[in-house]
Amino acid sequence: MKVLVAVKRVIDYNVKVRVKADKTGVETANVKMSMNPFDEIAVEEAIRLKEAGIVTEIVAVSLGVQQCQETIRTALAMGADRGIHVLTDAALEPLAVAKLLKALCDKEQPQLVILGKQAIDDDCSQTGQMLAALLGWSQGTFASKVKIADGAADVTREVDGGLETVTLKLPAVVTTDLRLNEPRYASLPNIMKAKKKPIDATSPADLGVDVTPHLTVLKVEEPPKRQGGKKVGSIAELVDKLKNEARVI
Amino acid sequence: MAVLVFAEHTNSALKSATLNAVTAAAAIGGDVHLLVAGHNARPAAEAAAKIAGVAKVLLADSATYEHLLAESVAPLVVKLAPGYSHVLATATTFGKNFMPRVAAMLDVAQISEIQSVVSPDTFVRPIYAGNALATVQSKDAIKVITVRGTGFAAAAAEGGSARIETIEAGPVTDLARFVGAELSKSERPELTAARIVISGGRGMQSGDNFHMLDKIADQLGAAVGASRAAVDAGFVPNDYQVGQTGKIVAPELYIAVGISGAIQHLAGMKDSKVIVAINKDEEAPIFQIADYGVVGDLFKLVPELSAELAKVKG
Repeated sequence: MKVLVAVKRVIDYNVKVRVKADKTGVETANVKMSMNPFDEIAVEEAIRLKEAGIVTEIVAVSLGVQQCQETIRTALAMGADRGIHVLTDAALEPLAVAKLLKALCDKEQPQLVILGKQAIDDDCSQTGQMLAALLGWSQGTFASKVKIADGAADVTREVDGGLETVTLKLPAVVTTDLRLNEPRYASLPNIMKAKKKPIDATSPADLGVDVTPHLTVLKVEEPPKRQGGKKVGSIAELVDKLKNEARVI
Repeated sequence: MAVLVFAEHTNSALKSATLNAVTAAAAIGGDVHLLVAGHNARPAAEAAAKIAGVAKVLLADSATYEHLLAESVAPLVVKLAPGYSHVLATATTFGKNFMPRVAAMLDVAQISEIQSVVSPDTFVRPIYAGNALATVQSKDAIKVITVRGTGFAAAAAEGGSARIETIEAGPVTDLARFVGAELSKSERPELTAARIVISGGRGMQSGDNFHMLDKIADQLGAAVGASRAAVDAGFVPNDYQVGQTGKIVAPELYIAVGISGAIQHLAGMKDSKVIVAINKDEEAPIFQIADYGVVGDLFKLVPELSAELAKVKG
């Protein structure tokens, strides 16, 4: 069975983002970029399914600027078999990404698509669910466990009250939560090998998808700063302040 | 213009996040209608009808909606959506699961986790773990929105007298089947609705040590939360996690114990009214946003806090 994994290039999770002075967005020049951490978990899950003999081919897809190829190479170095790069300089909203992925699914006919549950840049948490809707497939979001057997996927989901398990008919879309697995690091030999793995290039126009945004970002600002930093000398003083100064207990 | 709010409930009662979503709907303007989809959900619909400011409750009662799977809920909402300018749901794991499916079926964008309403087509939402706030304007005829509860006060649960209209269930699908759930049982308030939250981090060292926090939670009527590190280490279950990818809380008092304060954790609690940090590392970033920091060994300080609270709370 073939699996498609979507990987997004985002500002590295360790970088403290800065809002641009002109309020048009956040500073991305000379900032370290990495694969979205939830997508690393998605790639890892696909590789584990392949190692378990369930999956035969892993296709890693990234959408966006030229440098997204690096993100695809990272997935290939981890263990994906080949890549597809949908090249565009346009800012892509989740709906547009879902439409592009749907067009690729129509071509590639995977039985399973695995994506991160959210990207840590726009924090939207939409793409997987939108893709499932457009394909008319089932969805297992926020997965902490995936078991594939008999043409179905049992997905354990992290929900607000605890855990929930659903059985999905395949083909299906799964989005990953933190506890699904711990992604591996690519070894040096695998990084070298990944350079020879193929990456096909395509574009929104080739796929016949209109990626015109539905939303206009009017401005991006810094949130109000919190005035913290006060320390107290003892627990007795803390309790006194909470009771008599802050009046919260 | 009317706004449809998808009510989150347990069939027998409404979840509190629904009240915050109603406030967001009222801020947008127009009649506010609540959709209660469930199984034997009349009690939830009756509770919804009492919310101040709600004009009408739509009740879709069917076995199909017993577990509210996204595959069955989305088509129902899509069927109703053309009668509304906006469709809202809570930005909980429940709303986040099915709403993008609704948006895609309607071919519109979703605006995730709005924290304020600027005008009927313009909203503010956090990006980059709340390190930036984006003001976005939607061109779509129907705006599909999830509401971050901490951004809006809860609507009054009493005072309204909306009529309840029973509607037909949407199509049945066999794409997905509910198997089971393991839900945490607790007598304490829900994490996202609690007035006081006490959370532990990696510094707690074990799940057993969380009992120290349980004790204080019981003294204060608080909920217990955790950082991602504590959840990943297996100290506590996933539903304790506060942060960018866990729950977003903004209680009146947030007590962070043994939590260093990674930006991903701060994203989930920095809008709390008063923040207390207890940590042995005085350089820990959590102290920069704490209103009251106490530097020291939590294993000594937490029992002290419990004893001191016992004195003042009688």
